[in-house]
Amino acid sequence: MNLIFEIGKEGRGLSLLPKCDVPETSLPENMKRQTKLHLPELSENEISRHYTKLAQRTHGVNNGFYPLGSCTMKYNPKVNEYAASLKGFTRLHPLQEEKYAQGALEVMQMTENSLSEILGMDAFTLQPAAGAHGEFTGLLLIKSYHTDRGDTRRTKIIVPDSAHGTNPASAAMCGYEVVSIPSAEDGCVDLDALRDAVGEDTAGLMLTNPNTVGLFDKNILEITKIVHEAGGLCYYDGANLNAVMGQARPGDMGFDCVHVNLHKTFSTPHGGGGPGSGPVGCKAFLADFLPGARVTGTPEEGLRFEAAPKSMGLVKEFYGNFLVVVKALSYILTLGKEGIPEASANAVLNANYMRVKLSEKYEMAYDTTCMHEFVMDLAELKHRTGVSALDVAKGLLDYGIHPPTMYFPLIVHEALMVEPCETEPREVMDEAVNALLELYDMAEKDPEYLHGAPHKAVIGRPDELGAARNPVVRYTFED
Amino acid sequence: MALLFSKTHEWVNMIDDTTATIGISDYAQNELGGLVFVNLPEEGDDIVMGDAFADVESVKAVSDIYSPVTGTVAEINEELLDAPEMINDAPYDAWFVKVENITETEELMTEEEYKAFCEAEQA
Amino acid sequence: MGSYVPNTLKEREEMLREAGYSSFEDMFSCIPDEVKLKEPLNLPSGMSEMEVARKMEELADKNTVFKSIFRGAGAYDHFIPAIVNSVISKEEFLTAYTPYQAEISQGILQSIFEFQTMICELTGMDVANASHYDGATAAAETIPMCVDRKHKTAYVSAAAHPGVVKVMQTYCFGSNTKLVVIPSKDGLTDMDALKEALDNDPEAACFYLQQPNFYGNFEDAEAFGELVHAHGAKFVMGVNPIALAIMKTPRECGADIAVGDGQPLGMPISYGGPYVGFMATTSAMMRKLPGRIVGETKDDDGNRAYVLTLQAREQHIRREKASSNICSNQDLCALTASIYMAAMGAEGMAEAARQSMSKAHYLREGLKEAGYYPVFHKDFFNEFVTKCPVDDEKLMDALANAGILGGLPIADGSILWCVTEKNTKEDMDKLISIAKAVLGKGGLSYESNI
Repeated sequence: MNLIFEIGKEGRGLSLLPKCDVPETSLPENMKRQTKLHLPELSENEISRHYTKLAQRTHGVNNGFYPLGSCTMKYNPKVNEYAASLKGFTRLHPLQEEKYAQGALEVMQMTENSLSEILGMDAFTLQPAAGAHGEFTGLLLIKSYHTDRGDTRRTKIIVPDSAHGTNPASAAMCGYEVVSIPSAEDGCVDLDALRDAVGEDTAGLMLTNPNTVGLFDKNILEITKIVHEAGGLCYYDGANLNAVMGQARPGDMGFDCVHVNLHKTFSTPHGGGGPGSGPVGCKAFLADFLPGARVTGTPEEGLRFEAAPKSMGLVKEFYGNFLVVVKALSYILTLGKEGIPEASANAVLNANYMRVKLSEKYEMAYDTTCMHEFVMDLAELKHRTGVSALDVAKGLLDYGIHPPTMYFPLIVHEALMVEPCETEPREVMDEAVNALLELYDMAEKDPEYLHGAPHKAVIGRPDELGAARNPVVRYTFED
Repeated sequence: MALLFSKTHEWVNMIDDTTATIGISDYAQNELGGLVFVNLPEEGDDIVMGDAFADVESVKAVSDIYSPVTGTVAEINEELLDAPEMINDAPYDAWFVKVENITETEELMTEEEYKAFCEAEQA
Repeated sequence: MGSYVPNTLKEREEMLREAGYSSFEDMFSCIPDEVKLKEPLNLPSGMSEMEVARKMEELADKNTVFKSIFRGAGAYDHFIPAIVNSVISKEEFLTAYTPYQAEISQGILQSIFEFQTMICELTGMDVANASHYDGATAAAETIPMCVDRKHKTAYVSAAAHPGVVKVMQTYCFGSNTKLVVIPSKDGLTDMDALKEALDNDPEAACFYLQQPNFYGNFEDAEAFGELVHAHGAKFVMGVNPIALAIMKTPRECGADIAVGDGQPLGMPISYGGPYVGFMATTSAMMRKLPGRIVGETKDDDGNRAYVLTLQAREQHIRREKASSNICSNQDLCALTASIYMAAMGAEGMAEAARQSMSKAHYLREGLKEAGYYPVFHKDFFNEFVTKCPVDDEKLMDALANAGILGGLPIADGSILWCVTEKNTKEDMDKLISIAKAVLGKGGLSYESNI
């Protein structure tokens, strides 16, 4: 289809602004723009249709099943959107005096307190804008703590080889050397490898639990103990919190700090890549280092901001992705103490239900009770038929289902990671199971068909090699 | 001049006792698939036997290239920066770096030995 | 009340049995007993949708919504065309994930490609990424693009937004990079101070200049660019996207990297977020750009297609060697900015810029006549600083009573005012008369320096 620059005509446009009601002041000559600015020249009708077409070429949670492992693509409730559209939130200037923004401070305080209770932490900052940004902030808490104690030898962060790529990347951004430890046979942390890795140079451990293969690490208390005994701190990557919220808390597992993804566990929409929100929680002994403005006081006596005494500074302007926080609070209020464990229990149930049904044909990377997601290993299928995890994923597109996460974690070579979420009706999962089982048969019968999949999407497989070798990353105008 | 090969699939062309060019083998480029970019060291950099001195990017992966020798980078093949596909198309012409003042070289294989080594690795 | 779980209790029981469990407790036996929650969470019970909506309305009502806003400092109250909200509410855009599966994400991918193009057009640069968290984090992430073994120190102007400087400092604490703040003088970055610092530093990596700066004043960006380049460092500009419709582009000023906050492009001020950072650079530095980049290519049949490209730069592939950890970005906000730019067009944006600037000058004159003298005497865009000869709280309260959010009190009892095309002459006249009245009633004695 056409790019927005290829439609419209010179001279078209909308009537948006009134005439200027004061005398005009113009820019000094030497400050003026020299280059022509090419932007679309369109009527409102054309804009509307252009984006409608783009929307039709996009698959969201509301278009169909989206079992994208490790991304928690649950339904995004509408009441949250309503709350975030209220003028009292959208028309609020971030530097408005506190007395004129008491409702916003209360939203922040309620969210911080709720998250502290759900995670078993003592304090939270809402400033980080995404999960990776939360990791960065959490690791800076660890760095601030060691630096404050004058303990400068601690230069290493331990990360299991099954971790999300953001973990080692965040550690590197905090100036840490990354020590990657292999996973044990069962997909969990290899305790001996961990014992060998820790020492006087250990700043901390980053761990996702349930881990990236969807298993709850049964040795979790031993793991955090080993790190603490070496003088390191434990960071909990909350990417998989949807499996355990209301069932178990990172704070009770021995973790010192944690990030949560409001755009996963707390149902705020992902917007095609963001905005997310990645609040960071910590135990009391780290709270003094938190970034940004901390809300103190009570709504009755008045809420106000205060900087933490040894604050690391700011990781973002203002208070984070505030409207995303509003949505998450609306979700937490809806679920309450009963709904939160109900959501996680059903997320885990749905995953195990699909796992067992798919086990009829697919090999599971770890054939045991999973948490909210599970990993299928298609290595054997590929070896036998030539059909890869990628082929099966592309085949699924023709059923109107978003494929599972492919090729992650890296420790499973032909991985498909399935995370159904609690918001899916049983029959939707049954349909997806049937589709995947059909694709398995197809792999045996007609591998070529799957190599050529998808067959019904708006495009076939794109040439990614060509795209990377000769990058075309913007439209070029003729004049 | 016959090429010599390392276990990590680099080739070495010894120009004289202390100077060589280094690239990656046909087997390696085949395993890596279509390459889209290469990161090279700078001229004058010291490189150490067994350490990574460059990396190559395919669409979905990045792989370190290890140095079979210890020495100083005398020259880099800047053509590869614009045309990494040369590594896929003609791996033995697509040298990455020219190294001088070589003080150490790891145990290398002849072409025949390397062929057998790759066959064993594939099995 | 409720958890958005559709399956009935009966279905859940059936599914448990089919999955081989006798109960939820049985299924959760994989969690060690020692860490299982023994008590329910100490939270209120869930609420019905009606109660939640009412509670959120109550919270929103505790905030003061001002009819007219004269405060900027990083959050700008510009006009937002109605089409913007209508488009970003489309559920496909709202509820999709990052476009990893290109074949069913062409819409999002194309919209990002269009955003990249528009940012390149605004800034004059060659390549832009798919977005960053905000302008401040985008600014901070330019530093690792410029630092290498031979270039180690980063420089930033004290006339940049204080929040941006603080975020840069926090990021540099992380990466162990030395960051030097170059002071400002008379509302502009002190060029002599920068020259002296660079003369004494053979390892300078980059210098960040905000244009227009925090006080609204125009810097001599080209001269800074020349100075920085003469010292072998990279020139990074933080820019206001609305101003770029009429101002010299970063490319024309010699910048290697341009960043900024896209909030003025159709995003409500929303108590500070979500906004969107943009980041653009030259072809030469393309591979150093952090974050996602969409590229155009073809599918098997030769159809135009869009994909995430140059992914080997990113954390999911390069892991600890990646220059950034960014994964989620602010895509929906980038889409917002694109729709805004499409609706406004080049002429509409230029008009918004001209009106903002003209009205700011009108207000400054009016405030001067009312006794609030300008602190700086430089060319400026739509923000400016005046003295405040009265207690600023008294002034702000008087304005608030009239539905006006006044300028931002900053250091030394001065005020940073901001005007956009939304502020009418009538609003400004009202502001000026209130300010005059407050001064008349209880103003401190002051001396004019004009």
